[in-house]
Amino acid sequence: MSVLVYIPTNGGQATKSGLEAASFASALASGEVSAIVSGDLSGDGGLGAVGVTKVLHYSTELKDNSQLARLVESAATNTGATTVVFSRNLEGGAIAPRVAVRLGAGYVPGVVELPEGASFSRNVFSGKAKAAVSVSADKTVLGLTPNAYGVKSTGGGDASVEAFSAEVGESKLSFGDFKPSSADGSVPLPEAERVVSAGRGLKGPENWRIVEDLARALNATTACSRPVGDMGWRPHHEHVGQTGVTIRPDLYIACGISGAIQHLAGVNQSKVIVVINTDPEAPFFKAADYGIVGDVFDVLPKLTEAIKALS
Amino acid sequence: MKLLVCISKAPDTTSRIAFTDGDKNFDESGVQFIINPYDEWYALVRAIEIIESSGGSVTTVTVGEASCDPVIRKALAIGANDAVRINTVPTDSGQVARLIANYADGQGFDAIMCGKETIDHNSCAVPAMIAECLDLPFVAFATSLEMNDGSAILTCEAAGGTNSVKVTGPFVLSAAKGMSEQRIPNMRGIMSARTKPLQVVEADEVLVSTSVDKFTLPPAKGSCVMVDAENPAELVRLLREEAKII
Repeated sequence: MSVLVYIPTNGGQATKSGLEAASFASALASGEVSAIVSGDLSGDGGLGAVGVTKVLHYSTELKDNSQLARLVESAATNTGATTVVFSRNLEGGAIAPRVAVRLGAGYVPGVVELPEGASFSRNVFSGKAKAAVSVSADKTVLGLTPNAYGVKSTGGGDASVEAFSAEVGESKLSFGDFKPSSADGSVPLPEAERVVSAGRGLKGPENWRIVEDLARALNATTACSRPVGDMGWRPHHEHVGQTGVTIRPDLYIACGISGAIQHLAGVNQSKVIVVINTDPEAPFFKAADYGIVGDVFDVLPKLTEAIKALS
Repeated sequence: MKLLVCISKAPDTTSRIAFTDGDKNFDESGVQFIINPYDEWYALVRAIEIIESSGGSVTTVTVGEASCDPVIRKALAIGANDAVRINTVPTDSGQVARLIANYADGQGFDAIMCGKETIDHNSCAVPAMIAECLDLPFVAFATSLEMNDGSAILTCEAAGGTNSVKVTGPFVLSAAKGMSEQRIPNMRGIMSARTKPLQVVEADEVLVSTSVDKFTLPPAKGSCVMVDAENPAELVRLLREEAKII
């Protein structure tokens, strides 16, 4: 089976989620693993090291998912790939379904691990269940959940890089300014490996410094509960939960969040959950791996110091 | 403006998740169904706000059986003008998207608006697939929308921030948090919803390319290890030595 993987780049190198998708594609493939890159690429973008053998490079940076879908379809046809892998982040999640329609492929989003036999395991019901999905079409498009599989080096040599051209059509979208959500350049929430999140227990936006200090010590991204976003204490994009962002970090630290079921739906796929709350009856403790019953205003500074003492 | 909003039913967040028919299907017994929150709070409400200020109509479309009618009536109570239900059991994103695209094709909708995902299957697939079936531009994870004659300005989520996007001509969007606020239907809306048109059409034969072999529930979470509030260093030790994540 020949596999194609779509790779976004940053500064000419494959992004972390791209490397993760490429690692997954390499483990899945029994034949050649090709990558398609649109835009900036230096060398092989770091893709040979995760098992990619050939990189098709389309030199213009496309932003429109319609054009990107045509590009990926063209690359799949060119390489004879029967499976196309995307990281299902904001960008990949918009292109992959279009590619599935173009190729007449079955689309399996939210894949978290390598398939057992012919069926792919994916998370459903906000992580409260898994579904084993099989594809009856000749081709398969997979959307890999970010931070689920990990980047796995194969120790391979450099991949070959070929210039690639394709008919991608006109774009009816014109993109204006990109506004970064945080000035500090922290990792976006869906891709973050560590997240420190806080809720109403913080009592007011002026108290967030202790949350930010802990996040900085852990090199984590900050998040918040829905009431905190709705009251304007924190920006909307930090809201994790049912109607906000769904995340899957290695470590999720919830400070002063009771753990309503809507909140849990957005975070229960985290590998390790730590809950800090004054209320020993807070429902979040039932979903936690580690818990501290205590006042966040006492516990967080001490925890931050203990983490700083490690390094 | 002529707007189409895709509405799906979804189990209420607090529903017990269980499976039936040899774990092949979701067990709907005793489950309260709601309008999928992303479809309702963001796509539908924003569409209604737009026609309230600029005129026009909002049609909702749903792929499903008669069990969807209560949530469709709720969408009409919130303020949609009329509704269409494509009568079949939805089993696959590609099938749902193709059916909606077949219905919408040639009807002159200025925008087709969807929630970013449903809270049961979490696929985020149908909106982009509708766009591809109709060869329309697609704006994913939109957090604001302003429509003018022949063009629209949107804000959408992008890695680490937001982008502003202008689109010319008809388009498809998937709506995320920020687009609008939840609206509770008033009594007048609920009364008028009873008589608004809900057209049921039979589904075309379309290809289904994926199927669920089996659902499984994750193993129960082990008990939470409690650490003394006076000793957060112990938590750090556990995270490092036991969980091995820092």
